[in-house]
Amino acid sequence: MFKVVDGPIDELALDDDVRTDADGAVIVFRGVARRQSRGREVVHLEYEAYPEMAEKVMAQIGDEMKSRWPVSRVAIVHRTGVLQIGQASVVIAVSAPHRGEAFAAAQYAIDRLKQIVPIWKKEVWSDGSQWIGWENEAHAH
Amino acid sequence: MSEAAAQRDICVHVRLFASYREAAGTNQLDTPLRASARVQDLLDVLSPQIPALTRARGMVAVNHTYVNPDAELHDGDEVALIPPVSGGR
Repeated sequence: MFKVVDGPIDELALDDDVRTDADGAVIVFRGVARRQSRGREVVHLEYEAYPEMAEKVMAQIGDEMKSRWPVSRVAIVHRTGVLQIGQASVVIAVSAPHRGEAFAAAQYAIDRLKQIVPIWKKEVWSDGSQWIGWENEAHAH
Repeated sequence: MSEAAAQRDICVHVRLFASYREAAGTNQLDTPLRASARVQDLLDVLSPQIPALTRARGMVAVNHTYVNPDAELHDGDEVALIPPVSGGR
């Protein structure tokens, strides 16, 4: 399952999608809208996607994971639109026979997603807003 | 065929997102180009009206696949101008 959705992400659906009887581990990573970012207070986030391509690139990441680790199934769902603090923007689920490869593959998935999946985040503060990309992240923290 | 016609014989469908979309004031454009134009030629045509394209250089996808600036464009291609993607640590 590789999807871009414009409403809340159904995490149980991802869990169901990846779990098989051969697997002893299911890792579910949830990326959540955070209050503080680079010293500023975030009011809300806005995500915009190029959905047709984003879903294709997410599937490509799933293939990359399977070529690197013995993982069984992968599901990635990203949300677009306005997100309030605490809401999930992305959920990644990975199943594998053993936990080590599932953890490693899940970490790879979120790192890779932020590199190549065409989805953008706008931070909206009380006094302004900004699209966040790698040119801004150089000064993060 | 006149020289003018020869210089404008393909048209690509450009899609703009996030900071590029806001800078351009639109999410899509149809841009005529000469035959055998490359991605860089398209960027050169659009940069004067969308300076963000060169200020925050991102990636380009043609028909949903990332390409290099020297990739050749064809009539009817969907060219997505992809600003640097979302951050987060």
